[in-house]
Amino acid sequence: MTLSQQIITIALCIAGTMLTRFLPFAVFNENRKTPAFVQYIGKFLPSAVFGMLVVYCLKDVSILQGNHALPEFISVFLTAALHLWKRQMLLSIAGGTICYMLLIHFVF
Amino acid sequence: MKRKALKAAFPYTIPIFTGFWFLGLAYGIYMNASGFSFLYPMIMSLLIFGGSLEFVAVEMLLSPFAPVQVFIMALLIQARHLFYGISMLDRFRGMGWKKFYLIFGMCDETFSINYTADIPDHVDKGWFMFFVTLLNQFYWVFAATIGGLIGSLLKFDTSGISFVMTAMFVVIFLEQWLKEKNHISSLIGLAASTVCLICFGPDSFMIPTMVTIIAILTLSKKKFEKMEV
Repeated sequence: MTLSQQIITIALCIAGTMLTRFLPFAVFNENRKTPAFVQYIGKFLPSAVFGMLVVYCLKDVSILQGNHALPEFISVFLTAALHLWKRQMLLSIAGGTICYMLLIHFVF
Repeated sequence: MKRKALKAAFPYTIPIFTGFWFLGLAYGIYMNASGFSFLYPMIMSLLIFGGSLEFVAVEMLLSPFAPVQVFIMALLIQARHLFYGISMLDRFRGMGWKKFYLIFGMCDETFSINYTADIPDHVDKGWFMFFVTLLNQFYWVFAATIGGLIGSLLKFDTSGISFVMTAMFVVIFLEQWLKEKNHISSLIGLAASTVCLICFGPDSFMIPTMVTIIAILTLSKKKFEKMEV
């Protein structure tokens, strides 16, 4: 690739990203009332999105091969348990991550 | 006002600091090892500011020039941001000039924090979200640039540290779960993405997942509308 081709490639990545970030705000701008259907979707969407992001993080984990995703599942379980117990965001995240690192270094 | 908002925002960004530091460093090292100057990870992390696409972009830069394919790839990988925008339409209302930056810098992590954080009443919401966005982007750009500069000199075993991002999304999912009055949407999100992951595989399940979620929400509008979120 020449330098200008590289610049175009990077610019297209920026354009694609910004299109997806700005589009909803451009379509439903502040001066117009957001349609009821979009308000309804916007109200219910976040919970579904957070579920989707959890699965997205675990997408490359293989349940059928290797260690059957046990380190991931144990650590996710511990993160959730810690959070339900103390409800301290940083404690739950640190606990889960340290558990995961210990598991993959020493157990699996 | 600004200082209060920064003080309230910083603790929420600590897990992201950890995660971005290692992922950003890894990204910079990857670019460095692929033969690019540190300017590439610096500019790309600053202007694209979306981790997964930035990693894919390295491969695209090493392949023959294919602009149409690059643009389609970028849209497919980043499509989930449409959902963040739709969710934030009301919250970003009246944010003035800050709104542009809030949208520009709305990556997965920043959206998740800004949507779920309990912002205290005495803290300005606009500045809080602004600082969450700014801090997160600072961590990412800084780490990517350092990785690009001195990547070849660094040797360390950080395998596993990136789990911090997974743990953070688990916690955010739970926070939302504990706050909401009914869990139907959370369950739809988990189920749709799991089924689509099994059917379409890890590289192409996000678009089918998004379509499925929208389809279920649309078809059940009459039933769900009466429920409280």
